Amino acid sequence: MAEYHFTTPISEEQVKLLKIGDILFISGTVLSLRDAGHRRALEYLNKGKPLPVNFSGMALYHVGPVVKREGDRWRVLSAGPTTSARLEMYEAEFIEKTGVRVIIGKGGMGSKTTEACRRFGVVYTIFTGGAGALAAKSIEEVERVEWLDLGIPEALWVMRVREFGPLTVVIDSNGENFYDNVKKEVEKNLKKAYSIIGLSQNEEGIQAEKWS
Amino acid sequence: MVSREVLKDKIATMVSATAIYLADDVKEALKKAYEREDNVVAKRVLKSILDNVKIAEEEKRPLCQDTGTLIYYIKAGENFPLLGELPAVIREATIEATASTPLRPNAVDVITGKNSGNNTGENIPWIEWEIIPKSEEAEITVMLKGGGSEGPSLARTIPPSLGVKGALKVAIDAIFEAGAKPCPPVIVGVGLGPTGDIAMKLARRALLRRIGERHPRPDVAELEDKLLRAVNALGWGPQGVGGYTTALDAHIEIAHRHPASLAVGVAVNCWALRVSTLRVTKHEVKFLTHRFLNAEA
Repeated sequence: MAEYHFTTPISEEQVKLLKIGDILFISGTVLSLRDAGHRRALEYLNKGKPLPVNFSGMALYHVGPVVKREGDRWRVLSAGPTTSARLEMYEAEFIEKTGVRVIIGKGGMGSKTTEACRRFGVVYTIFTGGAGALAAKSIEEVERVEWLDLGIPEALWVMRVREFGPLTVVIDSNGENFYDNVKKEVEKNLKKAYSIIGLSQNEEGIQAEKWS
Repeated sequence: MVSREVLKDKIATMVSATAIYLADDVKEALKKAYEREDNVVAKRVLKSILDNVKIAEEEKRPLCQDTGTLIYYIKAGENFPLLGELPAVIREATIEATASTPLRPNAVDVITGKNSGNNTGENIPWIEWEIIPKSEEAEITVMLKGGGSEGPSLARTIPPSLGVKGALKVAIDAIFEAGAKPCPPVIVGVGLGPTGDIAMKLARRALLRRIGERHPRPDVAELEDKLLRAVNALGWGPQGVGGYTTALDAHIEIAHRHPASLAVGVAVNCWALRVSTLRVTKHEVKFLTHRFLNAEA
């Protein structure tokens, strides 16, 4: 498992070096979007309206930060990742239409995003969920904020970062998905978990919701 | 007598501290998990959690950006002098802590989607009451409940013939399905009772217990140990990357059920279990969880 340090804009060649399990630190610009932000971005793109920020070669962070207004500037106090699974329905299209290179979130993403990572040379990485103070420490400055009408958590924050990480690569540009591999192991472990609570084999199949 | 104003400030102080300083029992459990882990990626994840906790303390900033929905549990004496004032005091303290910490505004109108901006709104902060006869004191507990770990929360009614085993299976399946999403290592709260809402309330209440604390009934305590072992046997590990520690603890709360129904509630908390309690006596306010605050007063 190798360690990489990239500065934005990040090229497809750089991204292709990354394999699942590798560690990545990013310097440069990180852009934030959550649910409402993704919806609006795709709306703009589908109408041919330019986004306020160019995502090409950039890192997209699934985050709704805690920020503090200080005079005419914003300071990020805490900025850990949000659950990426909610954004699965938008991300493949977003990747295709923007040229974003690195996605940062938590909890993993599904098969559509994994396929988009493979096709367009993108990686999905995780930052440790809940580690908001650690993340904020490497955010040097809020360069600007767009779409603040969506509310603080949902706005598009343009953040200058230095050695932002450690990020763990969980979907690489070969379409390998680290979580799929863990899930296969966990599926095997399920029987063991059931046996600890004393569930016999013929009780395992009982589905509570089928009760009527 | 403790004045309304003092009580409001103390509650706001407690809420703030809860967002910033992870309680000692949770920190200890995370340290143990880190020492025990030999999966490289999982160890890296636990290391960044511990680093994060330290940075939050040093820089006095929320340890997680999701400072949660504010849920209060009140045990109030029937003769507690500020009893009737408590809902308003708690609301004001919430607004104060939101601005001063700052907390992320997390109260969104269910219908319009508009964020109120101050963590209050329809029925929020949520308050649960318990009245203590003949007492003049009160204990106020706050929980900052993160949104991501609400995904796997559920209440379900199962045929009583499936028994407690069947009920625990519901909890195991919920953690199995949730994978990395609720930010493991998690704390699992399970409620068992006659109806879905009772089971769910008990499940959430189970999360208020300190790590390692067991139910006073030995048979329930044994089930808690089993459930914890079972969840950890799944092997999701910290942030779902694999490893030993999927859960830091499992707690079960119970109520007598109906002969024909067994309801199971499952409440899941991320590793950042942010719960704190203060006690109000006649003349002073004492912080029971974040005790260092007592010295700062």
